Amino acid sequence: MMSSRHALLAAGVVLSLGLAACGGGSNAATGSTKGSIKIWYSNNAEEVKWGDAVVAAWNQSHSSEQVTAEQIPAGKSSEEVIGAAITAGTTPCLIFNTAPAAVSQFQKQGGLVSLSSFSDGNSFIEGRTGDRASQYKSPNGSYYQMPWKSNPVMIFYNKDIFTKASIDATNPPLKTYDQFLSTAQAVVSKGGAKAAIWPSPTSEFYQPWFDFYPLFIAQSKGKQLIENGEPQFNSADGLAVANFWKQLYTKNLAPKEAAQGDSFATGQSAMAIVGPWAIPVYTGKVKWGVAPVPTKDGMDASAIHTFSDEKSIGMYSSCKNQGTAWEFLKFAVSKDSDGKLLDLTGQMPMRSDLASAYPSYFSAHPDYKLFADQAARSVEVPNVPNSVEMWQDFRAAYSKSVIFGSQGVDQAFKDAAAQIKTLVKS
Amino acid sequence: MAAAVRARAPRNRLRSLFGEHPIGYLFAAPFVLFLIGIYAYPFFYAIYMSFFDYFFSAPGAEVVRPFVGLGNYARVLQDPLFHIAIRNVVIFLVINVPLTVGLSMVLATALNSAIRFRTFFRAAYYVPYITASVAAVGIWLWLFSGFGLVDKLLGPLAPNPSFLINALLAMPIIALYVTWKGLGFYILVYLAALQTIPKELYEASKVDGASPIQSFFAVTVPGLRPATLLVIVTAVITGANFFTEPYLLTGGGGPENQSVSPVFLIYRFGIEQNHPGYAAAIGILLAIGVLLISGINRFVLERP
Repeated sequence: MMSSRHALLAAGVVLSLGLAACGGGSNAATGSTKGSIKIWYSNNAEEVKWGDAVVAAWNQSHSSEQVTAEQIPAGKSSEEVIGAAITAGTTPCLIFNTAPAAVSQFQKQGGLVSLSSFSDGNSFIEGRTGDRASQYKSPNGSYYQMPWKSNPVMIFYNKDIFTKASIDATNPPLKTYDQFLSTAQAVVSKGGAKAAIWPSPTSEFYQPWFDFYPLFIAQSKGKQLIENGEPQFNSADGLAVANFWKQLYTKNLAPKEAAQGDSFATGQSAMAIVGPWAIPVYTGKVKWGVAPVPTKDGMDASAIHTFSDEKSIGMYSSCKNQGTAWEFLKFAVSKDSDGKLLDLTGQMPMRSDLASAYPSYFSAHPDYKLFADQAARSVEVPNVPNSVEMWQDFRAAYSKSVIFGSQGVDQAFKDAAAQIKTLVKS
Repeated sequence: MAAAVRARAPRNRLRSLFGEHPIGYLFAAPFVLFLIGIYAYPFFYAIYMSFFDYFFSAPGAEVVRPFVGLGNYARVLQDPLFHIAIRNVVIFLVINVPLTVGLSMVLATALNSAIRFRTFFRAAYYVPYITASVAAVGIWLWLFSGFGLVDKLLGPLAPNPSFLINALLAMPIIALYVTWKGLGFYILVYLAALQTIPKELYEASKVDGASPIQSFFAVTVPGLRPATLLVIVTAVITGANFFTEPYLLTGGGGPENQSVSPVFLIYRFGIEQNHPGYAAAIGILLAIGVLLISGINRFVLERP
């Protein structure tokens, strides 16, 4: 048994450790401080090239405000890495891979700098992105993220499998739910595909962004999952989308188990639901075509909205030289830098003038034209408190009712809507 | 005389504080500091967090974390997901612990006797234990997924839905996987313990006419009792903390959260959703549960 003097010694050590851990300097940085900064960018090869080029261009003309760039540290997801870095106070000034769904959490943690606090913050963001910028405002009316680039989600299809299934591979019937379902049947029964489409059926909170959400946005003509605190998915449009997916699962056209590897790139699946970032991945492996996501009765492609799969740039509160960080941020999303991003990665800069700003790129790359057109009508995840928890709750209801069918869709969505309504208000 | 008494007084005080051999504290200090820093401090801090609506924040950020008393514990105890997680721990332990003890004891006894390819078998059982979980899970996914080898071999007898997305079979598969993966370690424990059983006992049982099976139950099993206690306690503690399997093997606790574990929920709530106060309450309840089970094990197994 521990004697009292030993207990006293132990308590002293624990207390001193506790006090040490509670300490931490306040962030005395202001928006005008200049000096060297560090940034993190994504670790995919194309973005690394872009990052290196932009940093080199900046450093050449800013000898006293040098930028050091590193790839974001490896982790299960960027959001977890950034969350941990905020807590430890080790975030760099800017992270070029901030997911909008995590912004409310990072903001609550005191990890983000309001870009609206810069005198030209709001005007710069809104001038570049236009009306879509409002989707990236936090509930307090300020911008804690710079909308950077989107990957509007569409349906990729394998032309070889479609041809084998005797389906027109140039203009496939994928507009309406009925057309999509009969095409799906054909590619599995005659095209030799294991699956018609294979979105990940696992339970991670972000999976709805690549099955339910793009189709819901399209069907509802651009609604978010939550608007003004009211869940929108528990509606005729939401239920139509859910029942469409449910049919795909019931008819075994979409597997209930996760694929081993990329099912579309390996030819296991005839279709995939993904953005233009995947073009370099599929090129050379699959003869692919692309079509807008389907709607119940079909819509003209020019009227279809879809999920943005956007990544933003966040400025983090540990940054000492916020003046330089803001100037570099504007440089990194300038017309030239955005052009380089488009050229090197094929991802769509969040510019309202996207198509007209880079006409030569789109005439040289006709495959990307459709994505640029869709980018203008891309819709974001709602910027609400407890965003990750909200998506997790929605995923649980969706898995139960749509993927595994152990509960009716109507009841599951009704229950989830009630739960989520409370959650986003707290 | 008085000066000598005064000089001795501080030494006596030191001795009363640190004992006869204060250098012992110096030797023990690195481990004690390690223990405090890595285990004790986080544990006590977790208890502290569990009484607050706690969340992680940036250093220096002004945030409000209201005191909620036992609120987190009350919510955890009413949470259906926590109920499923506890049920899963019970399913896991009921399958994993007897299998671990039984198989590792029998296999260790077999590997201790003069059989051919003994070294090969010893190494073969140990390989899964030292293989990275991600790689081992990959193999099991290849075996037990709907398009996997086992389903193909079973043909029409394969379960529908297949193993890893079957609400009834997902947890037993996880328990079997963990048993398979950890078996090599427990076999080693038993192999070491087998060396301590005097050979004379086997000779005596042989003289008394006992068959090899009778001698296994009359000599080996009682002789391995201390090792069995260690194996059970270790299997319970590591078993109750399973995480990698629902995370990787069943795609995030699937199907429909039917294979979530308490530690997986700690990760989901604490790290993904930034509610570490709630996650800490789950952790403390889990620690209490494991302590209770381990205490019962010791009480039952250490009785003469």
